[in-house]
Amino acid sequence: MTPPEPRTELDVALEVNGEPRRARVEARRSLAELLRDDLGLTGTHLGCEHGVCGSCTVLLDGNPVRSCLTLAVQADGRVVTTVEGLADGDDLHPVQQGCLERWSFQCGFCTPGVLITAAALLDEEPDPDEATVREALSGHLCRCTGYESIVDGVLRAAEIAREGGR
Amino acid sequence: MKPPPFAYVAPDTVSGAVAALVEAGEDAKVLAGGQSLLPLLALRLGRPSVLVDVGRVTGLDRVEARPDRLVIGATVTHARLARDPSVARHAPLLAEAAPSVAHAAVRNRGTFGGSLAHNDPAAEWPAVALLLGARVVAEGPGGPREVAATDLFESYLTTTLAPDEVLVEAHVPVPGPRTGTAFEEVSRRPGDFALVGACARVGLAPDGTVADAAVAFLGVGSTAVLDERPGVELAGRLPADEALDEVARAAAARLEPHDDLHATAAYRRRVAATLARRTLQRAAARAGGLA
Repeated sequence: MTPPEPRTELDVALEVNGEPRRARVEARRSLAELLRDDLGLTGTHLGCEHGVCGSCTVLLDGNPVRSCLTLAVQADGRVVTTVEGLADGDDLHPVQQGCLERWSFQCGFCTPGVLITAAALLDEEPDPDEATVREALSGHLCRCTGYESIVDGVLRAAEIAREGGR
Repeated sequence: MKPPPFAYVAPDTVSGAVAALVEAGEDAKVLAGGQSLLPLLALRLGRPSVLVDVGRVTGLDRVEARPDRLVIGATVTHARLARDPSVARHAPLLAEAAPSVAHAAVRNRGTFGGSLAHNDPAAEWPAVALLLGARVVAEGPGGPREVAATDLFESYLTTTLAPDEVLVEAHVPVPGPRTGTAFEEVSRRPGDFALVGACARVGLAPDGTVADAAVAFLGVGSTAVLDERPGVELAGRLPADEALDEVARAAAARLEPHDDLHATAAYRRRVAATLARRTLQRAAARAGGLA
């Protein structure tokens, strides 16, 4: 059997926030660049671009991943959720509402990644204690150092979700 | 922070991946989860012409419990090792160490086989594989071969795998009866690479004396270090705290750790002694059914 030929440009088809999307990408293009530059979803932020800061975190098949450390071609055929996919129209996701209420956003650069990780945490653990929230968010750098209000916001989000938000 | 250009291919069989590596020549690289390789490319510390992605090879993501061993496919993620019940049951050391691997988002992509093949000296899996006597199956153009972990890890980021070989799976022996294991590491922040880590294995005879013991370290040299002297030094003795402490100190004294920005060699040796003692104590307690 002849193996498939290595290529420097490939077609990818994936589902993003519930919509089928396609693009032709360079092999080296990251999932983050595909989302931002090809699909116009600039909510996903690129900070360090080598897996340290966590700002580019998205859900891949439901699990948080660094979209700067995932090639666009590796996401072919898979399901991606970005920060744009959290709210249902004007109805904010509990993590968005909780973080809004507790002033968790300063410059906002790290926010999309934090929200995605927090949403995945609450999916798995609806009633996390503070230590669990801190551990879950440990892969996110906030250069405003606004960590206290971020942790407060995620704990508030858990309350909102339990009170019958989503 | 953009990787240099490369060509990409994602075969769906191991033999297809091997054929692609042979075809591409020496500067091709195997891509698994990409959590170490892609940062290296972003920093332009490597410039492979072709990436052969094994992420779509059927069956490489399986975990299979056999009577005497756990078979772990190369693309099984760290996250899976942390939560798979058969891992917790048959190779509890893997389940214990998995949460120490990087951060959750990295554990969701990074793979067991990728970490073994990458062989970062501060990574958890090479030390764990050495301690448990794991073997890996590597397939190249000449077919598959088995390599003991003790023959796999050569030096900093270097293994004895050939450039046209694919690490297919690891075979991790199920610990014998009255055998306990434990893992612990110290890092500056959660999710960082460890400054130093240790794991220990203790097997007890029916009379409660030590029949088998070993310690493996990470972050203390150019590759993980397995030390089986504790088995000799503790043989026939009860695993009392003083005995374990003495053996742990002796093991740490045999290390040749390095100075770097994060810690001095002397500090690393001290931490290694402490972690060796704690993991030996926990392993002995577990071997005796106490923890």
